[in-house]
Amino acid sequence: MTNLVEVRNLRIEATTDAGRVVEIIKGVNLDIADGEIVALIGESGSGKTTIALSLLGYARPGCRITGGEINVNGKNMAALTEKQRAKLRGTDIAYVPQSAAASFNPSSTIIEQVIEVTRIHRLMPPEQARKRAVQLFQALSLPDPEGIGARYPHQVSGGQLQRLSAAMALIGDPKLMIFDEPTTALDVTTQIDVLKAFKSVMRAGGIAGVYVSHDLAVVAQIADRIVVLKGGEVQEAGTTAQILSAAQHPYTRELLAAFEPKPRQAHADADAGTKPLLRIDNVTAGYGSVRADGLPLIRAVNSVSLVVEKGRNLGVIGESGCGKSTLARVIAGIHPAAAGDIVFDGRQLERAAGKRSQDQLREMQIVFQYADTALNPAKPVEDIISRPLAFYHGLDRQTRSKRVDELLDMVQLPRTLRYRRPSELSGGQKQRVNFARALAAGPKLIICDEITSALDTVVAAAVIELLKELQRELGLSYIFISHDLSVVEAICDEIMVMYNGERVEQITPDRLKAPTHPYSKLLFSSVPKLDPTWLDGLVREPELVSQYGHR
Amino acid sequence: MARVAAPRRPFLGHSYNLVGVVASLVILGWMLIAIFAPTIIPHSIGDIVDDDYFGPMRQGLWLGSDYLGRDMLSRVLMGARYTVGISLAAVCIACFSGVVLGMIAAVTGGWLDICLSRFLDAMNSIPSKLFGLVVVAAVGSSIPALILTLAVIYIPGAYRFARALAVNINTMDFMTVARVRGESTAYLIGSEILPNIIRPVLADFGLRFVFIVLLLSGLSFLGLGLQPPLADWGALVRENIGGLPFAAPAVIVPSLAIASLTISVNLLIDNLPQKIRDRDA
Repeated sequence: MTNLVEVRNLRIEATTDAGRVVEIIKGVNLDIADGEIVALIGESGSGKTTIALSLLGYARPGCRITGGEINVNGKNMAALTEKQRAKLRGTDIAYVPQSAAASFNPSSTIIEQVIEVTRIHRLMPPEQARKRAVQLFQALSLPDPEGIGARYPHQVSGGQLQRLSAAMALIGDPKLMIFDEPTTALDVTTQIDVLKAFKSVMRAGGIAGVYVSHDLAVVAQIADRIVVLKGGEVQEAGTTAQILSAAQHPYTRELLAAFEPKPRQAHADADAGTKPLLRIDNVTAGYGSVRADGLPLIRAVNSVSLVVEKGRNLGVIGESGCGKSTLARVIAGIHPAAAGDIVFDGRQLERAAGKRSQDQLREMQIVFQYADTALNPAKPVEDIISRPLAFYHGLDRQTRSKRVDELLDMVQLPRTLRYRRPSELSGGQKQRVNFARALAAGPKLIICDEITSALDTVVAAAVIELLKELQRELGLSYIFISHDLSVVEAICDEIMVMYNGERVEQITPDRLKAPTHPYSKLLFSSVPKLDPTWLDGLVREPELVSQYGHR
Repeated sequence: MARVAAPRRPFLGHSYNLVGVVASLVILGWMLIAIFAPTIIPHSIGDIVDDDYFGPMRQGLWLGSDYLGRDMLSRVLMGARYTVGISLAAVCIACFSGVVLGMIAAVTGGWLDICLSRFLDAMNSIPSKLFGLVVVAAVGSSIPALILTLAVIYIPGAYRFARALAVNINTMDFMTVARVRGESTAYLIGSEILPNIIRPVLADFGLRFVFIVLLLSGLSFLGLGLQPPLADWGALVRENIGGLPFAAPAVIVPSLAIASLTISVNLLIDNLPQKIRDRDA
């Protein structure tokens, strides 16, 4: 046997609640050499995580490995008993989950959980395991490697926790590491540190890896080879350079194209003299008890001002916790501001949504990040979209039904979807319904709160294209909140950078290359590029990183 | 608790299992009997038709006779009317008011929520049989009084249950969207929350129905329920308890009736038909 991993003709089936059998993985072949990192990339539902988990001999509940061989280090994982598999997990093969925060036990210290593997497999005495763990913490460039183990999971940041979960996987000296979207939930500035740490330990230890992701740019930094999946089948496989430069399969090209959004053409009718649609002056809002000066204890948004002009878009960008979502909620009146003025269409708005007039509410709509929770699961699409029509416009049943058809056409959904419930739609379809509901009100301004963050690259690009098209047709304005620079760049006329509840800079997309504020510099330079040498060549000013990076 | 996986069969987009079907047939049977009891009973419930008391089962008196020699079959069939009818009326009032109040409290929050919750918690702390005793002592025993008493006793439980469910739904983004749209509380609870909690609420409805049947039987057993010659199943057990040494059917049959109804409702709740979400099948 030449390769560490040889997967031959792997088939995995699932049984639905109606007793129907669905084939999720349809005869996949995969080879991984010693010390090689292979990325599995594809949209959600393409089977990438299922394949990665099958290398552990594990199939999620309801799924079964029904055919093929999974040879890892000379053992066929598919044929072993559960007990034999358990022996290999943690020692030969290790797993790093997507959400480290959810996979640590909050009630015991980090070091105990990191060395747990050595205790289960009786690999080494605890003292030695602790020393080894500290070495790993050092190798993963964690701050305070001696002391960090004594903390509890909530006392370290998300990026640190993700590296600690890698340490947990590494302590058993595995030959193969499986990373399941380990940086998807992290900010770009943090993602870099985590990627760098992963790359260096993998290289130093000569460990082979499987890296599951939907982000081609991240994968380009870390993987030697890329396997593109769709519908449970391998579409294309090749070295990273091959895939990036000379992709053969249409799906791969689509992925690559989605990564580079079409530049936004400048507005021809952008007359600068128009009245602003929305103006916000020195708005402050936050949480916690109100103090003597009328301001809340914790200020999530600190005296922010912004202007949105008619038919133009404003992007708000920043890391998680910078107050950008709170800002959206303040504008919409969901979370009333503690201080400051909101002027919409020439009229002063009340701070709380409950006190605004019905027309004011109608003209400003908000679309949320998670379409799953923003759509009532108990109602069919038709009812969801037609409610604003009945509520704001008082349309009768027939007109409503016609209008629902028009709206579904507008967001490019088939009309037959109107009878489905949200749970029967895909993520992209749900987000379109979510958007159609906002359009139904007939708004002038739509606040989009991270609407593409939960979507796949290809789907997100399609949604952005849709938004642009609707803007041309209906003359809308958007406030576009995101942590993803490429998305904001694609659609916005102005970009506002937020850090720690404050506005640090406002720039236009064509001047993106030359931000002036140090935080913007750090943020913009942290966005991964498709170039495989980008991460290694990246030099960041250490003082910037120490000032703004949460290490 | 290990659940036995009963075989499920698909029908009309839902899957059913045998236990659920049998249980619902039993419940349906008792419902029909409750409705048609006056036309199908062989004897009037007050007529003494047997020379002996605690008579055995025989032709003409299919379930024997009671402690006065009255026909047991007629009395059980008519008893179904009172047991099912009173309990159903009470559980409807209890669940309707409890669930509506619970949803309003969850959606409105603030002082209304605090006041309602504390008041109903206080109600909850009164022992139910004692409460029934006090009410009967104060206003006497009549069917409307019984229904109201039973309903009041079970409102706090239904309120707590619905509020807990509604609070979870209330934090979802679609509730925020509806609020920002400017919707009224009535729309929020009726159209946004209720469809999402209706299944557990129905299960709770069934469970509460069982509790009320048992409490009603308990009250009747203590002599606080229906007054003779009317009798629900609990009262039938009590008045015929003297037949226990003689193994008279008069005491066993009403007990079996209570058991069959309550157990069936429980089983039906555990085996409600489930919607098949796999739409391609």
